[in-house]
Amino acid sequence: MISYIIRRTIAAVILLLVVTAVTFGIFFILPKLAGQTADQLAQQYIGKNPTPADIAAVKANLGLDQPVYVQYWEFIKGIVSGATYDLGPTTVQCNAPCFGYSFKDHLEVWPQLTQRLPVTLSLAVGAAVLWLLGGIAAGVVSALKPGSFFDRSAMGVALAGVSLPMFFTGQLALLLFSYKLEIFGRTYVPFTENPSQWANTLFLPWCSLALLYSAIYARLTRSGMLETMNEDFIRTARAKGLRERKVVVRHGLRAALTPLVTVFGMDIGLLLGGAVITETVFSLHGIGEYAVQSITTNDLPPILGVTLLAAFFVVFMNLVVDLLYATIDPRVRLS
Amino acid sequence: MSETETRAAVPAPRAEEKPLLKVEGLVKHFPLKKGLLQRQVGAVKAVDGIDFEVRRGETLGVVGESGCGKSTMGRLITRLLEPSGGRIEFDGQDITHLNTSGMRPLRRDVQMIFQDPYGSLNPRHTIGTIVSAPFKLQGVEPEGGVKKEVQRLLELVGLSPEHYNRYPHEFSGGQRQRIGIARALALKPRMVVADEPVSALDVSIQAQVVNLMDDLQDELGLTYVIIAHDLSVVRHVSDRIAVMYLGKIVELADRDALYQSPMHPYTKALLSAVPIPDPRRRGAKSERILLKGDVPSPISPPSGCRFHTRCWKATEVCRTTEPPLAELKPGQRVACHHPENFDDQQPQDVVLLAAAKEAGELVPDEVLAQSAETSAAVAAEVEAAAGAEAAAGGEAAAGAEATETAEAPAEGPAETEVAKEPGDK
Amino acid sequence: MTELSKTGAAVGEPVRSGDAPDAFLEVRDLKVHFPTDDGLVKSVDGLSFQLEKGKTLGIVGESGSGKSVTSLAIMGLHRLGARGKNVRMSGEIWLDGKELVSASPDEVRRLRGREMAMIFQDPLSAMHPYYTVGNQIVEAYRVHHDVDKKTARRRAVELLDRVGIPEPHKRVNAYPHEFSGGMRQRAMIAMALVNNPELLIADEPTTALDVTVQAQILDLIRDLQKEFGSAVIIITHDLGVVAEIADDILVMYGGRCVERGPVDDIFYQPQHPYTWGLLGSMPRIDREQTDRLIPVKGQPPSLINVPSGCAFNPRCPYADVPKDNVTRTERPELREVGGRHFTACHLSQEDRTRIWNEEIAPKL
Repeated sequence: MISYIIRRTIAAVILLLVVTAVTFGIFFILPKLAGQTADQLAQQYIGKNPTPADIAAVKANLGLDQPVYVQYWEFIKGIVSGATYDLGPTTVQCNAPCFGYSFKDHLEVWPQLTQRLPVTLSLAVGAAVLWLLGGIAAGVVSALKPGSFFDRSAMGVALAGVSLPMFFTGQLALLLFSYKLEIFGRTYVPFTENPSQWANTLFLPWCSLALLYSAIYARLTRSGMLETMNEDFIRTARAKGLRERKVVVRHGLRAALTPLVTVFGMDIGLLLGGAVITETVFSLHGIGEYAVQSITTNDLPPILGVTLLAAFFVVFMNLVVDLLYATIDPRVRLS
Repeated sequence: MSETETRAAVPAPRAEEKPLLKVEGLVKHFPLKKGLLQRQVGAVKAVDGIDFEVRRGETLGVVGESGCGKSTMGRLITRLLEPSGGRIEFDGQDITHLNTSGMRPLRRDVQMIFQDPYGSLNPRHTIGTIVSAPFKLQGVEPEGGVKKEVQRLLELVGLSPEHYNRYPHEFSGGQRQRIGIARALALKPRMVVADEPVSALDVSIQAQVVNLMDDLQDELGLTYVIIAHDLSVVRHVSDRIAVMYLGKIVELADRDALYQSPMHPYTKALLSAVPIPDPRRRGAKSERILLKGDVPSPISPPSGCRFHTRCWKATEVCRTTEPPLAELKPGQRVACHHPENFDDQQPQDVVLLAAAKEAGELVPDEVLAQSAETSAAVAAEVEAAAGAEAAAGGEAAAGAEATETAEAPAEGPAETEVAKEPGDK
Repeated sequence: MTELSKTGAAVGEPVRSGDAPDAFLEVRDLKVHFPTDDGLVKSVDGLSFQLEKGKTLGIVGESGSGKSVTSLAIMGLHRLGARGKNVRMSGEIWLDGKELVSASPDEVRRLRGREMAMIFQDPLSAMHPYYTVGNQIVEAYRVHHDVDKKTARRRAVELLDRVGIPEPHKRVNAYPHEFSGGMRQRAMIAMALVNNPELLIADEPTTALDVTVQAQILDLIRDLQKEFGSAVIIITHDLGVVAEIADDILVMYGGRCVERGPVDDIFYQPQHPYTWGLLGSMPRIDREQTDRLIPVKGQPPSLINVPSGCAFNPRCPYADVPKDNVTRTERPELREVGGRHFTACHLSQEDRTRIWNEEIAPKL
């Protein structure tokens, strides 16, 4: 078990290094391939109308004229021990862990990420609770009475939920409940400050996001449950004389939901890397919004930071899923 | 029944004729990895050093319980798996480590039939496509065209040529197995390896397929290796039979010899366990040998003779020394220190292991008594033969076994034949 | 339905519907039909038999003959689950004076596992992979006994020990996948016997097992039956298994019983051509080597379009022996041909005796 975790962690670190290297490559080499010179790159880091001397200084100080592997090494070093960017007129101190410094909004990337993470986390976890409850319940009931009225209508709603895009449902909900009826607030308040206000603002984003996911989970639960209820061990459970409810919950559900763990882990991992559309629609200042901002302004360091964070969550959740799996299913051996 | 009669039923091997398939020291280990660095910590010893040959035109049956390595063996000799060691020779050619392109010509000569007639046919392909696939893969254009040949094959296995455009799901299990056989026969193979060809089929259908395979063998001169767990089916189809236990062949003998006077205790237990469809033989429960416990793990098989942990005859030598697969009687090879129906190979080693005493409690007294009687009889025969040999130069041996001894005077007393088979009735 | 009962009456079969019988288990004219998109599947179509305590009935038949559905119907299991919602069932099943077809699902549930228990073909898939063997047995015990976990656990260990599992107090904590096939089937038997059921149904209990293990399990079932005195139904396709263990045999074909009688009669004086077919298609280890097996020609019938007349007629070599094409137009009724020996065949007694003695028996 422990050796398994160690091995997986090492693999995760290697994977993250590869992700950074690839992202780094994309953002730092592609401009060069596209014909941007180091001078033009350097220009992006300082204000308007720089003197050639300024540009040269920035270029040298930021190492933009260095080969790409040296730049990459500097970046990795920054994460571990911090970095100092000497921009000629000013010097910027970026503390460890330094995930880069945005020369556009003159902010370090890491504090931005940590500041925005609670928003994204609130959004993801809240929505997850809703979609798990709704999706699994709908799926189980559908599976127990396949072809029934409930089954057909639930699956119809599920289909709609999957097909309707978030910017449509989200905008609609926002217009109706927030602007028109003014039931829900629109400014994010941290949980630590005012929990009820926190929930109030997040309710609409939660529901919009949950609608999408619960649709998927309902369908997955339904098919998993239908399959499980045909298993031999369900017949055995019934042959013991167990009540049907116990058969479903104790014997059916546990086996049917196991594959959902994988999907759920992936979904949460992806969402923590930023629920881009939801955050944009509901103007939540989360990781996703940060990513969108940075991409539109072509601000490289934040993009790199967000990518790394997202990759980290996906890799981390994967490990969690595998460990969970081994706990749920005794047949799974970690090796 | 006398031994001479028994052996007449089996095609006599011509000494000069080389076997179609020759296997020496064949090994397949599946590695087990563990720990931080994924070091190999052991191996599943699925097949662990087996020797046998398949003669032209014969059917070799391979029996054993699940996990004995018989299916792995089948996949090794068809080279669907790469052996970890040993040597496989097909028609004089070493095929042990041939690569894919080297195997291509061989794929025509050696075909496989699988157990599951449902799983082994692609549901999206028509019967025509399935049966003609081997022609396409090998780039062979049969005389008269592929379609005509496929229809001929369908007829050959007892299906209608009009089934050409149908899909597998339209057929019953028995018919699907016929399709699998037609596909295997498309390229006129010389050897067909069938892994549990009838065990998924209903009894009445089983007989149809068994008879079909029988007819095809006569008609096309096929050589079969039939792997099965059903001892009644194997006896019906085979000329010779290999019994496997934990990756080893423990006994390899002509069919009748094996079923009438099994020499390995495991073979004997296996045969005694087959339920007999004859209610009046229920009393014969007293002949049944129940084996103690389960088959040990092939990851760490027992030392010495692998059967010693469950054998009621096991002694110290069984624990320490692996018995070689030796031809104790002509046409009957056995790997045992204390064989049944024959004289003891290690008579000096008489103290039973503790486990053997426990195992013996599950063996009916009748069986033990009978076995002792047989061994004594054999020992007496041997002594008599040896005595006679000494006295009359090997010419004037007394009794029914005179001919046998005369046939092989140079083989020495250990390989002398037994005339009577009191162990079976 | 009435038709069958009448015929039954003529030969001392169950007389009136509705009356509790003397037999411990009595099934009367059981029909189990499943409507599907392709048509009505008549899995069991008019089956009657009796079974006494301490006796073993072997039900023999090919896949799709209705033998498994019969066992599920007795247990009331076919009505549960998605497929069970539209099942159509008629007839009577009397277990120890209680009628189960008309009983409420909850009444049947309370009998299930306590008075009647079942063991299945593949013990690996029949046990829940996530729970320990012990917990699964404990669960089975506590459904019907109001005891604490500790007591139930002691009972589980006791049963595991009884069915021959070494170190039961340790193995009780193991998961099913950690057991070998034979051990799993033993554990399954322990689970079935934990409430001392009076009826034990074993559906192909040894088919998935190796032959040496099969011998152990059959021995175990036989010993346990002696000890507990329960009635046992053993469902199998293997005539060898029923010959070893059954007192009576019921041969099913196309959802109906074609022959039923004491084990010796079925093996030594079989009356139905299908039974002859089964005996002839089986290679036998206890006989002289035969050159060829005698297979039953053709394929098993579809349960949606069961052939008219005798369901076996398309495969029967003697279908043309009775006059007037009767085998294709009229369904043969189950008639007594000797003490407790019944067969459903249009062949006359003389023809059957002649064919068996002259054509079939010599070739077996």
